[in-house]
Amino acid sequence: MQIFKNPNYNFVGYRWHAIGLSTLVILAGLVTVWLKGLPLGVEFSGGSIVIVQFDQVPGIDRVRGAVGSAFPGGGQNIVVQSYGSPEQRQIMIRVPEVGEEQGTGLSQAADAVERSLAGSALGKFTVVGREVVGPVVGQDLTRKGIWATALSLLGILVYIALRFRLSFAVGAIVATIHDLLVMIAFLAFFRYDLSLNVVAAVLTIIGYSVNDTVVIFDRVRENLKGMRKDDISTIVNVAVNQTLGRTIITAGTALLSVIALFLFGGEVLRAFSFTMIVGIISGTYSTVFIAAAVVTFWRHKTARVPAGAPASVKAARAPQTARTKVKTARNPRVM
Amino acid sequence: MGKDIRWRFLLIVVIVGACLWAIVPPAQKIRLGLDLKGGVHLVLRVNTDDALKLETVSTMERVRDELDRAGITVGAVKDLNPTQFQVSEVPPQQDALFRQTAAEAQANYNRESGVGGSYTFTMKPNIAVQLRGDAVTQAKQTIERRVNDLGVTEPVIAIQGSAGDQLLVQLPGVTDVQRAKDIIHSTALLELKLVEQGPSPTREALLQATNGQVPPNMEVVSGVDTRAGERPETVYLLVRKAPVVTGRDLRNAKPSLDENNQPAVSFSLNNEGARKFSKATGENVNRLLAIVLDGQARSWPRIENRISDEGQITGGFTQQEVQDLSLVLKSGALPASLTYLEERTIGPTLGADSIRSGIMASLVGLGLVVTFMLFYYRLSGINAIVALVFNLIILLGAMSYVGAAMTLPGVAGFILTIGIGVDSNVLIFERIKEELAAQRGVRASVGTGFSRVFLTLLDTHSTALISAAFLFQFGTGPIRGFATTLVFGLISNLFTSTFVSRTLFELVLSRRQASTLSI
Repeated sequence: MQIFKNPNYNFVGYRWHAIGLSTLVILAGLVTVWLKGLPLGVEFSGGSIVIVQFDQVPGIDRVRGAVGSAFPGGGQNIVVQSYGSPEQRQIMIRVPEVGEEQGTGLSQAADAVERSLAGSALGKFTVVGREVVGPVVGQDLTRKGIWATALSLLGILVYIALRFRLSFAVGAIVATIHDLLVMIAFLAFFRYDLSLNVVAAVLTIIGYSVNDTVVIFDRVRENLKGMRKDDISTIVNVAVNQTLGRTIITAGTALLSVIALFLFGGEVLRAFSFTMIVGIISGTYSTVFIAAAVVTFWRHKTARVPAGAPASVKAARAPQTARTKVKTARNPRVM
Repeated sequence: MGKDIRWRFLLIVVIVGACLWAIVPPAQKIRLGLDLKGGVHLVLRVNTDDALKLETVSTMERVRDELDRAGITVGAVKDLNPTQFQVSEVPPQQDALFRQTAAEAQANYNRESGVGGSYTFTMKPNIAVQLRGDAVTQAKQTIERRVNDLGVTEPVIAIQGSAGDQLLVQLPGVTDVQRAKDIIHSTALLELKLVEQGPSPTREALLQATNGQVPPNMEVVSGVDTRAGERPETVYLLVRKAPVVTGRDLRNAKPSLDENNQPAVSFSLNNEGARKFSKATGENVNRLLAIVLDGQARSWPRIENRISDEGQITGGFTQQEVQDLSLVLKSGALPASLTYLEERTIGPTLGADSIRSGIMASLVGLGLVVTFMLFYYRLSGINAIVALVFNLIILLGAMSYVGAAMTLPGVAGFILTIGIGVDSNVLIFERIKEELAAQRGVRASVGTGFSRVFLTLLDTHSTALISAAFLFQFGTGPIRGFATTLVFGLISNLFTSTFVSRTLFELVLSRRQASTLSI
């Protein structure tokens, strides 16, 4: 069975449309972040979360009223929402403060929430979870998160530049940064909190998106040898088409598993799986349109320099790869 | 069937068997992280400045004593900050003598002279780094002892943070958070000090005898007087700064009852402590001895006669308090105070919910992917599914062997491995299809498919490993669990998608002269 029989779509020809669409989404995302900010999870913003399970859920408004009375100004910034599926009868209360900034008074706000619930006639409840994070932790995490992202991008750039060539590395990194920005845009559109789990999803997508790109580049590298007379756009386009079946199927199976996670994985992993869904779609799209486009731009420029650096790189690589080819043809068991 | 294939087949059976053995039955063999099991997760900072300040103040006091003994009168001796103290107005004619007398302090401090005969002593940077490190290590060990005495199973206590001054404390199964927090952070600095004046109801009354001044070698501590039948009131005592014995001289501490049948803590001293204690009590019969805990006088009994190695702390405790106090006294004092940065409690219900939804999502994800692979690749799909299942078994087995715990994000990593893991097989199968389309023959196509794609897989897995490594570096607790799952998933995937999958193909192809392949 085959999804595409000898596909021959002109992906590279649509690169300007793709770049336009991506720019639009990313700009809209950045404007949303600019106007409304990116909602931060409690790990980054600091604050208190109390999750309680009621014997009989009293209604969100009554809980809000009870908790609000315990805080100055009626607790306008307090978020009260149901948590998990309705039959779990759980309610999450999030307060932006923690009490004292740090130290023994750290859990004052969370304690106040529990006392206010116990003091009002809302029925029996148990506290099933609590999370209190001082503001110091968030600053530390933000710094570490940015470093982790930047360093893993750099690591990938270096790896691909060594294994392939610089133009490929730049293409892969541009595509990955594109995915990063698209994920942030969608987090801003759908107002999911930026939590530790979401950062984990973002870093995973960095690895995944490059993964996808490497497969196409690998084909481009192979085709460069057999299609010496062809224009780089044609070579890239052929490679994208040759691997199209695989690209779609992989994205499909990855999506299947992440959608299962989104639907059945529970409340804690919802933002994580949402980010993964966006990242996988964006990663596939950027591989086909953005990464390939960048390589064609770069190579068009450098191709005008005869006997330049890229040409010598190609020459140096040729014998090695040619040898493997011969070997594999004679002895298919080589692994 | 070739000999070569037989060996490879055996290797696969051994590996998968070993991994299966490590995870069956899963309920007992798979370690669960705190977020799935329930418990308390605390992050605290060790205020290492306290340890530096202690060192600076005690060095400063020694210098002061030396100066007194040498008969040098200076303007003032005071500490400026945790790492610096200053001696001002050293008389010019005694300058040389001063330098000689204060030389001892220069082992750990750099001396710098300023205007008007003043000298500033600054702690050497390497000493400060060492003291900070020691304080964190000591705090960790002390907390470990306390947590073990609490009877927590499988606690995690680890040093973390970019400055290396944070402690991560995970207590699975603990539900009384407040008590756990109190026990962990109580400094438990016990000092027995001779009382010079008091107790008096006010500070002013206390200092009348000394003209309102606190003599340099003494200090004022407050305490609450709780005599039976009377209203508790705050009193002040003037005590000697240098303690007779401290918590470090304790051998043991246990709950007991005082003469009024009130809860109390009985303690016994080690040899060194007993020697000091018997000397001091023998010389000071009929005077008061203040028992100071964390800067608060808890009681000030009269020394009736020489006591050698036993004592009792009384002072309006509850039963729970004496139990906790003996626990923390036994474990030793913390070298520095602690502040809580983060507190997370996961109730057992929440953890159980997460496990249920994690299993549900895994099964649904696996079901969807298996259905798709069978539908799309027909019989070869079975090959991919076997490889995938082995992939998951090896992943869990490897985690079990290295003792990594399964966390909720780890479950996400597991499900991702299902979705992304088949990618390698898809890549290989698509290549085989291409080769078949080019009329290369079944065996040759399979061989070329695997060998051509192997390098590509090496590249894709390497880049994924790079980002997983940084993820591990970034994360704490649960995120590390996620990164660990990804790494093991990637490595075992490389093995199953090439080695296992290829062996299965060749096993099938070696039995018949195939002209077609169901792919």
